[in-house]
Amino acid sequence: MSKITKKDVEYVAKLARLKLSEKEKEKFTKQLDQILKYVDKLNELDTKKVKPTSHVLPLKNVFREDKIKKSLEVEKTLENAPEKARGFFKVPKVIE
Amino acid sequence: MGYEAIIGLEVHVQLKTKSKIFCSCSTEFGALPNSQVCPVCLGLPGVLPVLNKTALEYAIKAALALDCRIAKESIFARKNYFYPDLPKSYQISQYEEPLSSKGFVDIITDGKLKKIRITRVHLEEDAGKLLHEEVKDSTLIDFNRCGVPLIEIVTEPDIKSPREAREFLAILKSILQYIGVSDCNMEEGSLRCDANISVRPSKEETGKRGNGETGKELGVKVEIKNMNSFKAVEKALEYEMRRQIKALEEGKRIVQETRLWDENKEITISMRTKEEAHDYRYFPEPDLVLMEIDREWTERIRKSLPELPEARKARFSRDYKIPDYDAGILTSSKELADYYEECIEAARRSPVADRRSPVAGRKFNKEIANWIMSELLRELKEGNIGIEECKARPQALAEMMTLIDKGILSRKMAKEVFVEMFETGEKASWIIKKRSLVQISDEEALTKIVDKILKENPRVVEDYKKGKEKALGYLVGQVMKETKGRANPQIVNKLLKEEL
Ligand SMILES: [Zn+2]
Repeated sequence: MSKITKKDVEYVAKLARLKLSEKEKEKFTKQLDQILKYVDKLNELDTKKVKPTSHVLPLKNVFREDKIKKSLEVEKTLENAPEKARGFFKVPKVIE
Repeated sequence: MGYEAIIGLEVHVQLKTKSKIFCSCSTEFGALPNSQVCPVCLGLPGVLPVLNKTALEYAIKAALALDCRIAKESIFARKNYFYPDLPKSYQISQYEEPLSSKGFVDIITDGKLKKIRITRVHLEEDAGKLLHEEVKDSTLIDFNRCGVPLIEIVTEPDIKSPREAREFLAILKSILQYIGVSDCNMEEGSLRCDANISVRPSKEETGKRGNGETGKELGVKVEIKNMNSFKAVEKALEYEMRRQIKALEEGKRIVQETRLWDENKEITISMRTKEEAHDYRYFPEPDLVLMEIDREWTERIRKSLPELPEARKARFSRDYKIPDYDAGILTSSKELADYYEECIEAARRSPVADRRSPVAGRKFNKEIANWIMSELLRELKEGNIGIEECKARPQALAEMMTLIDKGILSRKMAKEVFVEMFETGEKASWIIKKRSLVQISDEEALTKIVDKILKENPRVVEDYKKGKEKALGYLVGQVMKETKGRANPQIVNKLLKEEL
């Protein structure tokens, strides 16, 4: 039984701001379904007593002191901006 | 029909650290746009965030002051959404295993103590600032605020009226300012508040109808944003309550949505965005490691907490024997409360305070309280400055109060002296000397003036002798005029009566 439907793919694509063609939607539906089925194998293990992993390294409490260091130059910061104006990044208007 | 509101608040508070939460950029307000950013807070590829220890300790401090339980282990999570104020397309926040939970704040409503439960207090980073009006058809972005440390404080829906919401915010603000973790300045955006509100028939109503069902159901929740002051929060919630009640009574359905408060029109407006359910797809942030906060650390921070406003208010009325009302005003901000205590302390140590005078006694404490609450607060308000910038230091005010206490300075003259002290920061004794404002209590000097006035006003003297009490007041006034208000009125009174 397939776990992923075309609707799921459309939903995820929308959240990720991806525009997919009909052909791609079908392709990804199949692929995502296969991936999930493969990962499903993990469910065969009893993990009731295993704590969920939040990090793969056995590290904790890594901090920095509250000290200011020099930031980037504004020109440098805006160097890769597709559009800029008066020291700001410029994007298409997001509200009406 | 009576209705009640059910309100929950979500408050974001900027922590007062020098640098950002995950990088070393400055958090200073008002810098040139995009001048306080680096690869980490811009979310450039290949960078690693590292947590600012002070931000974490401030958050723990705030959580403890709100009586929250601190989690032994806590993790960060990515909250995924696309919006131009978020260069990484996710915000580093907390979801599962937040820093703290299950706290409360006591507020006073209708003279009664009421508990507002705190669901959780967690750490997260702020987003950039968007400007929509500067350039046509464009949005400009300043990323300076991106990565500034915030705590998010979420309440349970325990707030039952717009008034209570405002009360809660005022107390929350004073607590956070007291412990020194935030400026809580709503204008600069260091305290921001969103609200959830629904209405339902009040308990009495459902009781009357013998129908327990309706009252238990929570109505449809509406989220309100864009409230930029405590007053705006109260007004927006009042408006929203009216709007929802009206809709219910007209048999309309209330839509679950986000509405914006329009400060000028004093209404809430639907955001009209397509209501796609928010799906933030939270998952543990792999770039940051576990925070383990042991008991010892928590206790160390707990011990560093200063006396909180409620406790300080109680101590003020108990130890200084001033009315609750005065204690409430004086402890409304930490700075003001410190000012008052420094004043009392300085007066106690003052060389002019002799043992017989009531200095540092109950009456004197009240005198200082009065002076601060009327003259000082008025001058601060008129000058639009905070007490921390006030030039008239507590020591100077204490000296002036002891001079009044000893009869060297009249209250009327003191008002003038205080205005100058407020402007220049000079000591009262210096101002008095400079302006020769010392009250004349010397009987010999005053007798001469009294004699002169009596000689000049024979008719008034006649009137007084015929039993016209009012005439005496006129004569006192003449003496005061002659001495430019410097004569000690009690002594003038006494001398006049003797002479007459
Ligand atoms: Zn940075």
